Amino acid sequence: MNFTLRVWRQKNAADAGRFEMYEAKDVSPDLSALEMLDLVNDELQRRGVDPIAFDHDCREGICGSCAMMINGFAHGPQPAVAACQLYMRHFKDGETITIEPWRARAFPVIKDLVVDRSAFDRIIEAGGYISVDTGGAPEANSIPVPKRDAEEAMDAAACIGCGACVAACPNASAMLFVAAKISHLAKLPQGQAERARRVLDMVERMDQEGFGHCTNHYECMAACPKSIHVQFIAQLNRDYLRAARTRRPSGCKSD
Amino acid sequence: MTLDPKIPPGPLPQQWDARRKALRTLDPSAAQGYRVIIVGTGLAGASAAATLAERGFQVEAFCFQDSARRAHSIAAQGGINAAKNYPKDDDSIERLFHDTIKGGDFRSREANVYRLAQISNAIIDQCVAQGVPFAREYDGYLANRSFGGVKVRRTFYARGQTGQQLLLGAYQAMMRQVQAGRVRVHPRTEMLDLVVADGEARGIVVRDLVSGEVQACAGDAVVLATGGYSTVYFLSTNAKGCNVTATYRAHRRGAWFANPCFTQIHPTCIPMAGHYQSKLTLMSESLRNDGRIWVPNRQGDTRPPAEIPEAERDYYLERRYPSYGNLAPRDIASRAAKAVCDEGRGIGPGGQGVYLDFADAIRKLSRKTIEERYGNLFDMYQEITDEDAYAAPMRISPAPHYAMGGLWVDYHLMSTIPGLFVIGEANFSDHGANRLGASALMQGLADGYFIVPLTVADHLAGRPAGRRGSAAHPAFAAARREVEERTQRLLGVRGTRTVDAFHRQLGKLMWDECGMSRSAQGLTRALAEIPRIREAFWKDVAVLGGGEELNQALEKAGRVADFLEFAELMCRDALHREESCGGHFRVEHQSSDGEAKRDDARFCYVAAWQFADDGQPPVLHREPLTFEAVPLSERSYR
Repeated sequence: MNFTLRVWRQKNAADAGRFEMYEAKDVSPDLSALEMLDLVNDELQRRGVDPIAFDHDCREGICGSCAMMINGFAHGPQPAVAACQLYMRHFKDGETITIEPWRARAFPVIKDLVVDRSAFDRIIEAGGYISVDTGGAPEANSIPVPKRDAEEAMDAAACIGCGACVAACPNASAMLFVAAKISHLAKLPQGQAERARRVLDMVERMDQEGFGHCTNHYECMAACPKSIHVQFIAQLNRDYLRAARTRRPSGCKSD
Repeated sequence: MTLDPKIPPGPLPQQWDARRKALRTLDPSAAQGYRVIIVGTGLAGASAAATLAERGFQVEAFCFQDSARRAHSIAAQGGINAAKNYPKDDDSIERLFHDTIKGGDFRSREANVYRLAQISNAIIDQCVAQGVPFAREYDGYLANRSFGGVKVRRTFYARGQTGQQLLLGAYQAMMRQVQAGRVRVHPRTEMLDLVVADGEARGIVVRDLVSGEVQACAGDAVVLATGGYSTVYFLSTNAKGCNVTATYRAHRRGAWFANPCFTQIHPTCIPMAGHYQSKLTLMSESLRNDGRIWVPNRQGDTRPPAEIPEAERDYYLERRYPSYGNLAPRDIASRAAKAVCDEGRGIGPGGQGVYLDFADAIRKLSRKTIEERYGNLFDMYQEITDEDAYAAPMRISPAPHYAMGGLWVDYHLMSTIPGLFVIGEANFSDHGANRLGASALMQGLADGYFIVPLTVADHLAGRPAGRRGSAAHPAFAAARREVEERTQRLLGVRGTRTVDAFHRQLGKLMWDECGMSRSAQGLTRALAEIPRIREAFWKDVAVLGGGEELNQALEKAGRVADFLEFAELMCRDALHREESCGGHFRVEHQSSDGEAKRDDARFCYVAAWQFADDGQPPVLHREPLTFEAVPLSERSYR
């Protein structure tokens, strides 16, 4: 197959950036979108052109590194896959394919398709955990967890932190990402003690990082490579309201 | 220098307890005076960072990924072993220990493996307390399944994403310590050298992958948790960024490398498709619980699988290993696949695959049950191959997956450089010549949560505090200069061939000559060829751009340059070990029916290689292995 690629090139954060056109020739339909970029990069380097920078690592849809808008869709038009699992057989031969980085104020571009997603780490840092030191944990089977709760927790925990939800949202909201972590821990008995504080702290940090608000477009769920459900946003909102009503005075936040 | 593994005296079950009591400790206020550098934030690194910080140490954690949560542990699918014996299969610490020693083909250290089995249960407790959503039965208790090389159900799992969930647990525990101000995480930062001053590991040299700045970081101890080196083969199940640089650079600075030729080829991966394929995707070994592996009886039988009648199929694992059948250990299953492909009975394009067939399981258990158990894996298979594994058997093929070899460490997980600790896949310690499924996660977390925090404290307890931050020793400036010069050299070649082209060439050579089967002739050829590829690399590699920016080609070039040296060490180790054991199969040493033939009289030892100098052969040291609890015996899965 042959494609014309329209790729965002931006030397660094200070550069204004622009689209460049490249030809991708003799692409096997069994290549992933990233492997096609490898092929184009090989050709570019042979011509002495700086290769296209893009984040990638596991190439099997679990590490959450790869992040690119393909024809206007986060991770491309196929549902429930990351860009590394998007195969070229889904495109039309001869098609022009536009590839851009995530666009969000909270995800500044570092170079080409590479963006800075460290805001996600800072949200987790604000409370996305259960406070238990190593050693001295109780026997694992001492607290049974209903299978349904465990399954729902797992549905939420499947998030790979790629940022597609933010990229797809017209408001660049991180609600689905935050909701997934809140819900994962809220579904389990171990997560109850810190449940209220967790949701307040994580949402506060999310707002500080410059993500937008959720206005129920559900684009996040459509773009999510793990199909994380928007019902978890409802869970987050419920938990947030309940916690905000009974909010302790400031100063009691850290222990 | 002699190798002292520091194994505690006394009977195996009491060794760890006794040693733990004897280790010196630091209370949290004293621990604050020490800085520990941790490289790598996978299961081993993140769990060590969290635990050391909880105990008061100042931790600097480094990873090359853009977030600590993306380390390659995340891709582990199947599960984690523990001797909980919840399903009442008569499992025990003894049995897990026994299985792991036998699985490793008697090339691991009994004391370490016993400790691993003892710690396994506490890991599950810890992870559940952190909120890891393990699979559960309808009664709400934890579920278990079986895995290759084992007859009991002792594997805990979270769908097909166990590694992800365990890593998120460790990452979250570490981020909690970031919030507490005791851990600083440095993402997009790659370790390029180790600093050894006055005979001790005192720091590392790192490159900021965004700004390109090269800096030295000083600490009181250094912990390497940098994973394995299967990407030496170019195509593997590992992430693209996995590399040997941290451990190989430490090796050049004086850390001995143990059993580098012990690599694991995983039997159930999606077969190779074409030139630009960048990785081989693993299909979890758990599939072998219900799938049956077969090839046609006849060579060159190209009929579609549905048209091959039962009588003309060879379920070769069930035939050769009736006792374990499709659950034979990885090395044996991979080698058996290679044997049938070498006979010309392989299937699919290139004839390098075998069938993994679920038709019987679907008939017996229903399609719904299979969907529940493996749905995500079947979907993944469909995405990659465009084939429906519910309708026709999967095509699978062996692929490089894990490195049992790694830097030599003693019972305290300290390398031959004082103050340098090595944990997880990066060390050599627990899996011998072959790792059993679901044991890597167990080892990474045992090392990180439960062992290294104690042994690092013991090491530092006798030392003056407050040296941290001091990069004044001339060794720091010297190491930094060397890294900068090397970077300039890579950028200065301005050749015509891409880094990937050299990596592919090396990978193919290693796969052919130091892969699933090895011979003196092939290894000798590889040892002659590798220096030629290395020379060509330094004359003709094309690395565009500069050093003061995000430059992914430059990052790769540094890693491939190290592989081009390390590959020689692997081949040398494989050539010297004139026996077959576990994943190391020397064609000269096999039984009449093609099984690996160990030579305990000559090779019952750990081979630890000391770096000599560029152009000099490395020096071999031997740590003899003794087997008291599990007597040396032929490893049979028949």
